[in-house]
Amino acid sequence: MSSWIGIRALALGLAMLAGMAVPAMAQQGPLRIEITEGVIEPLPFAVPSFQPESGEAGQLASDLARVVAEDLTGTGLFRQIPASAFISTVSDFNAPVQYADWKAINAQALITGAVNVQGNTLDVKFRLYDVFSGAELGNGLQFTGTVDGWRRMAHKVADAVYSRITGEGGYFDSRVVFVSETGPKDDRKKRLAVMDYDGANIQYLTDSGSIVLAPRFSPTGDRVLYTSYESGFPRIYVLDINSVSRRVLESAEGTMSFAPRFSPTGQTVVYSLTQGGNTDIYTMDIASGQSVRLTNTPAIETAPSFSPDGSQIVFESDRSGSQQLYVMPATGGEATRISFGEGRYGTPVWSPRGDLIAFTKQNKGRFHIGVMRTDGSEERLLTASFLDEGPTWAPNGRVIMFARETQGAGGSSSLYSVDISGRNLRPVRTPDGASDPSWSPLQK
Amino acid sequence: MKPILTSTLLFAAIALSACTDPARFGGADAALANGAAGAMTSGIVPGSANDPASPAYFQQAIGDRVLFEVDQSNLTPVGRATLDGQVGWLMQNMDYQAVIEGHADEQGTREYNVALGARRANAVREYLISKGVAAHRLEVVSYGKERPIEVCSAEACYAKNRRAVTVLAGGLTS
Repeated sequence: MSSWIGIRALALGLAMLAGMAVPAMAQQGPLRIEITEGVIEPLPFAVPSFQPESGEAGQLASDLARVVAEDLTGTGLFRQIPASAFISTVSDFNAPVQYADWKAINAQALITGAVNVQGNTLDVKFRLYDVFSGAELGNGLQFTGTVDGWRRMAHKVADAVYSRITGEGGYFDSRVVFVSETGPKDDRKKRLAVMDYDGANIQYLTDSGSIVLAPRFSPTGDRVLYTSYESGFPRIYVLDINSVSRRVLESAEGTMSFAPRFSPTGQTVVYSLTQGGNTDIYTMDIASGQSVRLTNTPAIETAPSFSPDGSQIVFESDRSGSQQLYVMPATGGEATRISFGEGRYGTPVWSPRGDLIAFTKQNKGRFHIGVMRTDGSEERLLTASFLDEGPTWAPNGRVIMFARETQGAGGSSSLYSVDISGRNLRPVRTPDGASDPSWSPLQK
Repeated sequence: MKPILTSTLLFAAIALSACTDPARFGGADAALANGAAGAMTSGIVPGSANDPASPAYFQQAIGDRVLFEVDQSNLTPVGRATLDGQVGWLMQNMDYQAVIEGHADEQGTREYNVALGARRANAVREYLISKGVAAHRLEVVSYGKERPIEVCSAEACYAKNRRAVTVLAGGLTS
């Protein structure tokens, strides 16, 4: 058990000290994530093909183990030991584990699973072992779902493993809504799409007849707010993911509205409305359509985002002469500037954990995704490129996804994810170009 | 209220379809519009860019767009001169309405650029109104950085993308 506590403490330390060089830490137990000079040595694990417990489960048994492995290795915190190195095979989910055989190949964690298919019902069981302690880490768990939704079962197993070893919440069983892009830069077609966090199971939610921008998930993941030009003017729509039905939210004559986000309760929308060339921030009660103006200055005030407790709103304003970040009470009132570094700051997004604000920064012709504490301190830039923008938080508040656009006439946009430490920058696979990602909460 | 809403929607639909058509004021469209406007000069092909009452003339001879400095929405002297020409044309061709489209270059975040494009379009609208064009004839829309006309990532392209374009609609009444 001491190793488990050690890992928790280390994971927390990693989060607190992210981005800084940390000396190698001595561990009591063998199962650990070692940080050496700011570089994490990924934890080696083995995940043999799961055990099929019914006739049709064979293919799923290996597919599930593969997706669990992809989830874990994708974090940059884990390294998969290839099956070719295995000494032992696991032929019975309930048989005792031959720890010596897994120790010999330095598999610090071992994940075993079993799969049972009855009709369209899929049962997945798994166990996680701390090989060097010779003990199970936590209890075995069972998930029930549908055969069609088998990838979700794999993500749930991986979330449990990730959570037990890092002490952080998982984020694999989640989705991302985004703008899918095709066509050249001067005739780009955009449509809304939703996919699993890893790019699987993509579905399109609108056609590409009108420009659509910046979809945002509701706190329960069942609705999406977005901006569409289908009326000829930018207006905010709310779309139900399951029925794909939508309705316009704000359509006052002579105005444009955009940059919507849900409140943590999902009952209120905060957004920008432009009238007479001036853009301010409003909230609207979705049920009644009643709106309240929160800012009233000649400046551009946009990209609002609620704090997870719903009490504050972070937004960008150029009231000082350039784009900067401000925090104000959720009911409006005096705003406090929180960004003071060099350059311009936009698109602030409050972390679901409440501890950090992610943003886009422009400085000296480069774009960065960064994070800062909610009072603006400890600013840390995670990326740099010709054009990075629009961060969104993983449900555990430890990973950020954003869009990166490449330079020039043939430039295109695609999605990337990165740790809040700036490590593990990696592309997210999408069939076409992609921008404006919004990460869902963890699915229930 | 109802007729106003309907005409606004129609107006918006025209503006939207027009902006996806690179030859939006060429050929048949322009001839049709000119027929309604009714001004002709002998020896000039109605609706062509030589016909001063044509949208093509407005677009090409007068100039349908003004450009802006980086992150600015102030009108330049050149821009004001172009807009003075637009005022003259709009006062002569009262059947037309216009949607002023504001645009930004790609250097900037998406939401900010929508707001910046709105500032630019509004600066044009306010100027045209100040010179006598009726406010109800002029609507604004911002496309932010969504509709560049030049695609390179250099100032030569950016300068042309930071624009407000007066897109004519109408000529359909009477």
